[in-house]
Amino acid sequence: MTAEANDPRLSIAAGGNASFRPLLEWLARRAEPVAIGLVAILIGLALFSLFILAIGKSPVTLFQLMYTGGFGSWFSIQNSLSRAAPLLLTALCVALPARLGLVIIGAEGAVVLGGVAAAASAMPFVGIVPPIVLFIFMGFAAMVVGGIWIGFAGFLRHYRGVNETISSLLLAYIAIALMNQFVEGLLRDPASLNKPSTKPLPKEYMLGQIPGMDVHWGLVIGVVACILSWVLIEITSFGFAARIAGGNVRAAQIQGLPVGKLIVGFTAIAGGFAGLAGMIEVAAVQGSANASLAAGYGYTGILVAFLARHNPLAIIPVAILLGGISASGGLIQRRMGLPDATVLVLQGTLFIVILFCETFYGRFKIFNPDLWKRSH
Amino acid sequence: MEDTGIGLWGVPLAIFAGAIRVSTPFIFVSLGETITERSGRINLGLEGTLVFGAMTAYAVAVMTGSPTLGVLAAMATGAMFGTIHGWICKWPKVNDIAIGIAMMQFGLGLAFFLGKSFIQPVAPKLPSIPLGGWSAVPQVQAALNINVLFFIGAALALFLWWAFKNTRIGLILRVVGDSTDAARAMGISPDRVRLLATAAGGSLAAIGGAYLSLFYPGSWNEGISSGQGLMAVALVIFARWNPIGCFLAALLFGGAGALGPALQSVGVTQGYYLFYAAPYVLTLIILIATSSPTRSLAGAPGALSLTK
Repeated sequence: MTAEANDPRLSIAAGGNASFRPLLEWLARRAEPVAIGLVAILIGLALFSLFILAIGKSPVTLFQLMYTGGFGSWFSIQNSLSRAAPLLLTALCVALPARLGLVIIGAEGAVVLGGVAAAASAMPFVGIVPPIVLFIFMGFAAMVVGGIWIGFAGFLRHYRGVNETISSLLLAYIAIALMNQFVEGLLRDPASLNKPSTKPLPKEYMLGQIPGMDVHWGLVIGVVACILSWVLIEITSFGFAARIAGGNVRAAQIQGLPVGKLIVGFTAIAGGFAGLAGMIEVAAVQGSANASLAAGYGYTGILVAFLARHNPLAIIPVAILLGGISASGGLIQRRMGLPDATVLVLQGTLFIVILFCETFYGRFKIFNPDLWKRSH
Repeated sequence: MEDTGIGLWGVPLAIFAGAIRVSTPFIFVSLGETITERSGRINLGLEGTLVFGAMTAYAVAVMTGSPTLGVLAAMATGAMFGTIHGWICKWPKVNDIAIGIAMMQFGLGLAFFLGKSFIQPVAPKLPSIPLGGWSAVPQVQAALNINVLFFIGAALALFLWWAFKNTRIGLILRVVGDSTDAARAMGISPDRVRLLATAAGGSLAAIGGAYLSLFYPGSWNEGISSGQGLMAVALVIFARWNPIGCFLAALLFGGAGALGPALQSVGVTQGYYLFYAAPYVLTLIILIATSSPTRSLAGAPGALSLTK
């Protein structure tokens, strides 16, 4: 018996029923998160507009600037896409464990240590191996270190009963201290004076731009990671087992599923992706590991994952949207004289409203085919 | 080291002074979180509440010249944040841990937004009590210059420890925290109790913020909190939801946090940043040592999602 045979959606898609009802049911279930999500975003924007009105500025001007700064021109679109790249990976670090019912909020730790591991593993090989080999080294090192870091939180959760939210957060703070120690001490480039950094990568060893665009290859890596994660969760039996364990741990254990291995495996893969985000920051943006690695991508990734309802494919548009919002921060600051934290206020408002709107799931008959019969 | 006059004795003294100075925000945030968690809810948003409280206290103290008014204003905003958290979480299917993270982002954003213009002005500081008059050594005098909020926090810990056991309100809080159904059977509204407990927790966390901006380090900027609000959640677990335990754990955290700067002051500069991580490593080790995969933590409120 394969896992696929158990998935009711697949048997519907196979067309077992000749009527249109399966299609309608499928559409209704799919429409629910989209409709509720859009309404939540509209409520969030309305509340934020009230705040902007209260401090005496025009929300219309602000939203126009936000559009211009994020998506108004080819230049700003490319800027938004560049900012979306690390968010795709840090959001996966939250979304994958969430399928197992785990709330991991320490992606930042895997990002910074992934960056340090990438920089450290590159050092002995610069100038000896071709760039592509170096990138593979760096990516591998970053994924291993990030995977160990978040996987450890998963391990503690299953084998020691330590709450993963708290432990991943503590690990993030420990990771930042470790990064500072490495960058200030063992790995410090003596030439970096004011801003302690590792030895910078030569230009030809930087992860370049996607041909024809001013966006680095990190975007492609992030999108591929999202698609792979979707396949992992939705198609493989590994992902199916994880979804069962996320739904009910007891049931999964009774079925003989290796819950411990699933938890450690999923958190390790998740951490590997966040580590990869650190490698991209080093290889494509900073050119070295330094304190800028702790730029908050791990925390914004939490927001992206929750907005996307932990669906890896939905992460792609949401990350680009949030990348655009953060890219427009500078323009809002210059044109309207508002602090750069404006974007943070907007993000926080949206986040709260969207989580609040979870309460409306399953409350509307139109989205729930099981209730259709009773209405007639 | 001759010029300090006390040589290596400076290390334990600095750790002692640091424990007292650094622990005060931990005391308030963890006591607040204890009240909230005892009611069966967890508020991870206290980091945002703490920073917003720090900003409010500083801004009000700058504008009115009174640090006391600053603390009171911070308490009001903290209660407001707690009320929002409590109200949202009463709805079905809303995850209190995730809402906490969202409230944290919102609180931080709002504090940075509204506090931008208060980075420059200087606010009057909270008063402290010089207990070191008997000593001629300036380091000892400085170490014993203890803020009033530390004493208030210590008294509050004692009071809460007593109140949880001996008062009607304490009993109601514990019943709601242990079993929502039992509370309903007794005619208590769990939602209302949790709302008030979250509001009280937020209000106390904001005092911790006020201490940061009005006493130590004593200025308002965007990096004022280094995770004290979040650490408090771990600290409450460590202290087993016991207010006296919170007070002692806060002292321990404060001492661990002061280790790095203390060693640096006597010339130990190797591994400086690793000492920074000391409180976090300590918390993690304690969590690992005291947790168990098969049973929930001793002393944990039964309705708390965190430890199930």
